[in-house]
Amino acid sequence: MTQDNAFISFRNVNKFFGKYQAIDDVSLDISHGEFFSLLGSSGCGKTTLLRMLAGFEAVSSGEIYIDGQPMSGVPPHHRPVNMVFQNYAIFPHLNVRDNIAYGLRKQKLSRAKRNDMVDDMLELIKLPEYGDHKATQLSGGQRQRIALARALILKPKVLLLDEPLGALDKQLREQMQLELRALQKTVGITFVFVTHDQEEALTLSDRIAVMSEGRYLQVDTPTGLYENPVSREVASFIGTMNFFDGTVTSIKDGNAVIKVDGLGEVSAPVGTMPLMAGNTVTVAIRPEKFLLTDDKPDGLQYSVKGQLNNAAYLGERSHYYVSIEGVSQPTAVSTQNRGRTKEIEAQNRPVWLSWDSAAIVVLKDV
Amino acid sequence: MKSGTYIKQVNRPLQFYAVLFLIVLYVPVLFLPLFSFNDSIYVKFPLKGFTFQWYIELLDREPVWAALMNSIKVGVTTSVIATGFGVFAAKAITRYSLPGRGPVVGFIMLPLVVPGIIFGVALLVLLSQLGIRLSLYTVTAGHIIVCLPFAIATMIPRFEGFDKSVEEASADLGENAWWTFWRITFPMVFPGILASLLLTFTVSFDEFIMAFFLSGSDATLPMYIWGQLRFPQAFPSILAMASIILAISFILVFLGQWINRDAHSNTFESK
Repeated sequence: MTQDNAFISFRNVNKFFGKYQAIDDVSLDISHGEFFSLLGSSGCGKTTLLRMLAGFEAVSSGEIYIDGQPMSGVPPHHRPVNMVFQNYAIFPHLNVRDNIAYGLRKQKLSRAKRNDMVDDMLELIKLPEYGDHKATQLSGGQRQRIALARALILKPKVLLLDEPLGALDKQLREQMQLELRALQKTVGITFVFVTHDQEEALTLSDRIAVMSEGRYLQVDTPTGLYENPVSREVASFIGTMNFFDGTVTSIKDGNAVIKVDGLGEVSAPVGTMPLMAGNTVTVAIRPEKFLLTDDKPDGLQYSVKGQLNNAAYLGERSHYYVSIEGVSQPTAVSTQNRGRTKEIEAQNRPVWLSWDSAAIVVLKDV
Repeated sequence: MKSGTYIKQVNRPLQFYAVLFLIVLYVPVLFLPLFSFNDSIYVKFPLKGFTFQWYIELLDREPVWAALMNSIKVGVTTSVIATGFGVFAAKAITRYSLPGRGPVVGFIMLPLVVPGIIFGVALLVLLSQLGIRLSLYTVTAGHIIVCLPFAIATMIPRFEGFDKSVEEASADLGENAWWTFWRITFPMVFPGILASLLLTFTVSFDEFIMAFFLSGSDATLPMYIWGQLRFPQAFPSILAMASIILAISFILVFLGQWINRDAHSNTFESK
């Protein structure tokens, strides 16, 4: 699976810490200028992968290539990558300017040239007035930007970001996400971003690798991951997903007819998935793909009757939990609150759930 | 003063204990300066008149100045070398995964508890076997052993107090280990280095047992004091000198502690 335009390549990379295998035979290609995210819960190996890219951890076997060059034995200070650390790692004894100019020593620039470059960076990170402040006097968001500027001033080929937004509060984080995305478009360099926040990964990334236990489960665009997850694990990690058990009854032209517990018989596209009649499968449907109505609607392919047992009003949308006979877990349904929404009505009333075959994702049971 | 939480409230018995503790610790020592200003060559109550005589007499004694210079030479050399070793030992102990780290640290700290006389005799035997003549150099060597644990114990909190990702960031920004040390590590541990210099100088300056075993014809100040104790008429001047040493030692150690006061709070998580 080598790509010609791969800028960063992991080739059969393994990493052991003693007997513990942190990375399990990962091969992965990242293109030039891509915003690539490594997404997973803690301990999945995403940070280890990033630190191997930066040179702080050696690979146990395999090879990492950056811009065609093998990186084994290349120390961090000779790699064409720069990193933004999770806790920013700002140099506390230096002021903001000296922090940003730290990596320029070897370039033997004139003082004026160096000051210009630092000024440009301060402008870029929108802190032009802060050059002479002590770095320790700044807020988390400001320190995060200094860490960014300090890395970007060296014009690295790759910028590595280790959960850089994790320490910020929600509003600041959302603002920084937009800024980070805009910045990446401006400077045009490859970003490799580590996060455990799936929403953050979806917002920022061109492509995402969903990781678990030292390997990735799926690498795809945000839309691809959300709409076409390849496994139950990916589907439940990205957003909310309803799972139903089913059995294939027949297959014809890439479409399977599946008998689903509680939902009845549905037809769904399965592409080239190696399925035969009699296979058990999982049928997955996102909460927002359902239409929730009081009466049975016309026009949609499939409908099923259920009992509304829980509802939560979340402003722009509402969440409902509907129990369907023959389905063990309550089914989550999400609706956009368009127009003026009434108070959520009495619960424990009968409702109809409807959907069409495009809403269905078929996952092969392993 | 009734405000404050359960833990923070004023505890009278504890206060009393603390005061008593300090009295027992320091009152005996304070007799030295007291009698050094006493206008009598006998150290006994009641006190006679107040005088600077013993201090003035001290100034006229040639050997005192020679011994002082010897002590300063030994002290400065010892503190610089012990602190130098201490910095790298503390960095190694805190930064790298060292197999058997516990025992290694234990052995490094051992001179703190091993009686000086044992180290003194051991070194004396070793030096005479090697045929090395006793001099201020051998005293310095002995003092370095005594001072190393103090240097390392001062430096370790300093290294533990800052996040190693700061050093990683420096490497990431293109600096090798040497430059990272000089541009990041050294400035950040510098207060610890100053504190260690002051502390180890004080320890060396006051040290007697090693100097007793390992010095040749040149005496350090404590050696000189020891030698003068035989002469009753010299005793008040010795008290005066001891008072000066006491005062300077206090000042140096307190200065060191003050410089190094934020050793543990040197990280930069949110304020």
